[in-house]
Amino acid sequence: MGGYIAKRLLSAIPVLMGITVIVFSIMALIPGDPATAILGSYATPENVAELNRDLGLDRPAPVRYFIWLGNMLQGDFGRSFSLNRPVIDEVLDRFSATLVLAGTSFVLCALLGILAGVVSAARQYGLADKAITFAVLLGISIPSFFLGMMMILFFAVRLQWLPVSGMYAIYGGGGLVDLLRHLAMPAIALSVVATGVIARLSRSAMLEVLRQDFIRTARAKGVGERRVIWRHALRAAMVSIIPVLGIQAGFVLSGAVYIEIVFQWPGVGRMLVDAILTRDILLVQGGVVFVAACYVMFNIAVDVAQSLLDPRIRT
Amino acid sequence: MTKFLFLIVRNRLAAAGGIVLLLVVVLALVTPLLPLQPPNVTDTADRFLGPLAPGHLLGTDHLGRDLLSRLLWGTRLSLAVGFAAAVIAAVIGAAIGIVAGYFGGRTDNVIMRGVDMLMAFPYILLALAIVAALGPGLMNALIAVAAVNVPFFARNIRGITVGIANKEFVEAAKLAGMGHWRIIGLEILPNVLPVIVIAMSTTIGWMILETAGLSFLGLGSQPPVADLGSMLGEARSALITNPHTSVVPGVMILFIVMGINLLGDGVRDALDPRLRSGALTRPMAATTVRRESVPEAATGESLLAVRDLETRFHVGKRIFRAVNKVSLTVAPGECLGVIGESGSGKSVTALSVMGLVASPPGVITGGRADYRGADLVGMPYRKLRRLRGDRIAYIFQDPLATLHPLYRVGDQLAEAITVHHAVGRAEAQARAVELLNDVRIPNAESRARAYPHELSGGMRQRVGIAMALANAPDIIIADEPTTALDVTVQAQILALLEDLRRARGLAVVFITHDFGVVGQLCDRVSVMYAGRVVEEGPTDAVLAAPAHPYTRRLIACVPELGQGRRKLHSIPGLPPPVDNLPEGCAFAPRCDKAQDACRRGEIPLDPTGARAVRCLYPEEDLSVRGGTG
Repeated sequence: MGGYIAKRLLSAIPVLMGITVIVFSIMALIPGDPATAILGSYATPENVAELNRDLGLDRPAPVRYFIWLGNMLQGDFGRSFSLNRPVIDEVLDRFSATLVLAGTSFVLCALLGILAGVVSAARQYGLADKAITFAVLLGISIPSFFLGMMMILFFAVRLQWLPVSGMYAIYGGGGLVDLLRHLAMPAIALSVVATGVIARLSRSAMLEVLRQDFIRTARAKGVGERRVIWRHALRAAMVSIIPVLGIQAGFVLSGAVYIEIVFQWPGVGRMLVDAILTRDILLVQGGVVFVAACYVMFNIAVDVAQSLLDPRIRT
Repeated sequence: MTKFLFLIVRNRLAAAGGIVLLLVVVLALVTPLLPLQPPNVTDTADRFLGPLAPGHLLGTDHLGRDLLSRLLWGTRLSLAVGFAAAVIAAVIGAAIGIVAGYFGGRTDNVIMRGVDMLMAFPYILLALAIVAALGPGLMNALIAVAAVNVPFFARNIRGITVGIANKEFVEAAKLAGMGHWRIIGLEILPNVLPVIVIAMSTTIGWMILETAGLSFLGLGSQPPVADLGSMLGEARSALITNPHTSVVPGVMILFIVMGINLLGDGVRDALDPRLRSGALTRPMAATTVRRESVPEAATGESLLAVRDLETRFHVGKRIFRAVNKVSLTVAPGECLGVIGESGSGKSVTALSVMGLVASPPGVITGGRADYRGADLVGMPYRKLRRLRGDRIAYIFQDPLATLHPLYRVGDQLAEAITVHHAVGRAEAQARAVELLNDVRIPNAESRARAYPHELSGGMRQRVGIAMALANAPDIIIADEPTTALDVTVQAQILALLEDLRRARGLAVVFITHDFGVVGQLCDRVSVMYAGRVVEEGPTDAVLAAPAHPYTRRLIACVPELGQGRRKLHSIPGLPPPVDNLPEGCAFAPRCDKAQDACRRGEIPLDPTGARAVRCLYPEEDLSVRGGTG
């Protein structure tokens, strides 16, 4: 088991390298001279040249890449000019807020999605199945940002149950209850599409498994139907559900960008959008690399979970 | 193609989705021709007019612009951008995929590594990075969305191309001296084109949504021009005071995406042949029973008495009569062989007894199966479940498929005990090890912790037998337990079964297609053909003097040691399909003794003493022999 984890971690190194190369290459597409962009159009050529030297921009691209990479490995992601603060500090602050939001959503969509899928498969063509199938269709069709806005209208404005937005600091302030009140709407809005996708896949994975011979064996042993479904079938179906959970985590993380804008959530997605609009390239670059690296690590965790579940892939 | 379209139209939801989508597309196409107000002309005097305001059907936005006009122009823009992004992603992705798949080797390796790296990003991060580099704007958002979706196409098309690149016609083209690019253009591309089109149609909804999302964030279309996303983004600041400006574009996005999803589901269902045949339905806990009449219980001393059992499969409009009025009896401690070719209904008969026939499509339509005076066929599920594996246990054919792949065999054995008896975990585990010892598995203690894939076929079947023995049942129904095994392992397993049966006084129903096995193991035998019993009797008597021509032929299939001169016969022809049985004797078309009378009317199973045969011209006159045997 330990060997498997080590192997997966080692295999992540080229992927992480690839991510940095891709981000670096995209940023190299930026038209014009970054120094001019930073200093503004009134800068003298001497200023520009000096800043270029300071930023190492006068050197060839591969050298610049390795300097950038080396700095990042030491935790130096550069300095955000719009916030006048180290990029890594800002990214860590914002990412923790995103983690609270996306993490909650992910747990919600995984639990609800699998539950709905299993119930739907167990009651195939029954009333529950039809209701779930319809809800799922609606869920995967509604854009999360539109759903979020409609939820604000209904739950915050009409019913006045929950605050519209205004989550400023995750830690501190109103405590857990306040956090939950602010978290409820964005987390649900963010989880709806992924819940639908997971429910759909869980349903078909369950239907596939329920036709297998080992399910007939379980029934021939006299195992009750509830145990057949929740133990025998679900366990086997999880083998195809877990990879989808990994993919959906990426979609939840992506959707968080919209939801953070709609609900004014102080997360990394909103930070990135603001940084793009203010052309704070170092902040975008650092944020993208950091979040992508976290996602790669998360996917390794998914693979490990998969190997814990399925003895056949443990090598 | 017409069948495909028919399937889509018949799927009402898909048709509805298609119609909604068609309407939206037509509206978008004719937008420039409609008498609409200019979408970008502001009129601050008419800000935030509600829907149905004079001159503004859907009202106006925060700058007094007509919402209907902006909605239609915005839809047009969103569709166009989504479509363009899909085409660009498909073309570039397919090109990459074809090159990687066709050339293979190092080219493939390098390209696909790159594709994997791109897929390691959550899609929006990549899109944001691209927009950050190129700057906000609709064109740049389009490029970002297309770029993010390139890996999806590259990977799919590569897979298809690899399959085609190894086909004979490509090899032939290479040998004929065609250049690589000509082969790609003339041989590969035409074959992957349909896949590209399908992949494109399934992703176009995503692309529309993703570009709308970027516009919503203010990174796509820039004012005053608006697509649906930026309309929604601009309306957000007035969400609470003037919600209609948000609802109008939002609902339009919802309609488009839902239309695409519905249509896409319909297309997928129509393309997936498994869904068409209804094979993706789950079998229920017990076989459906729909009996029109229930026969009287059989009298006699038997432990299990099956009488006039009928099981059918309903597949589409066809009805397969897999089991057609089959009667069998098993006495305590007796071994009954049920023999026949595949498709003769022997397995379905065995599974019907405990309601284990997959249902749907299986339905038990008649007959009964009495175990100690209780009819198993009509029994409520709760009672039936308590007998399953406890009093009547099964051994199945393929032990790899029939054991749960993710549970240790010891746990699977222990479960067989704990579902029927309130015993502790440790005790159940100890019993499991004991059972493994009973079926002569060496190192039972450590084997109990193994997963099925870690055991050999013979070992797995021993586990299957141990599982059947777990609760010391009265009857074991063994459904071809040795068919999937090597000949030497077969012999071991048969010997084990025989020993266990003698030692424990078990009654066994042994399903097989091998008369050799029947001769070795069974006291009595029933021969099945096309869902019916055609002959039954004591094994020795039937083997010595088969009465039904089919039985004689089946016995002739078995090679015998030391009898090298005898010719090994096979039966010409195939068993008839059981959804369309001929009148009279089902074996008549393959029988060399068949007369006209054989093809008319019902031929009864004619009992004589301990034997019975369903034949007008039996090989042996049983009445003359007086049913000895």
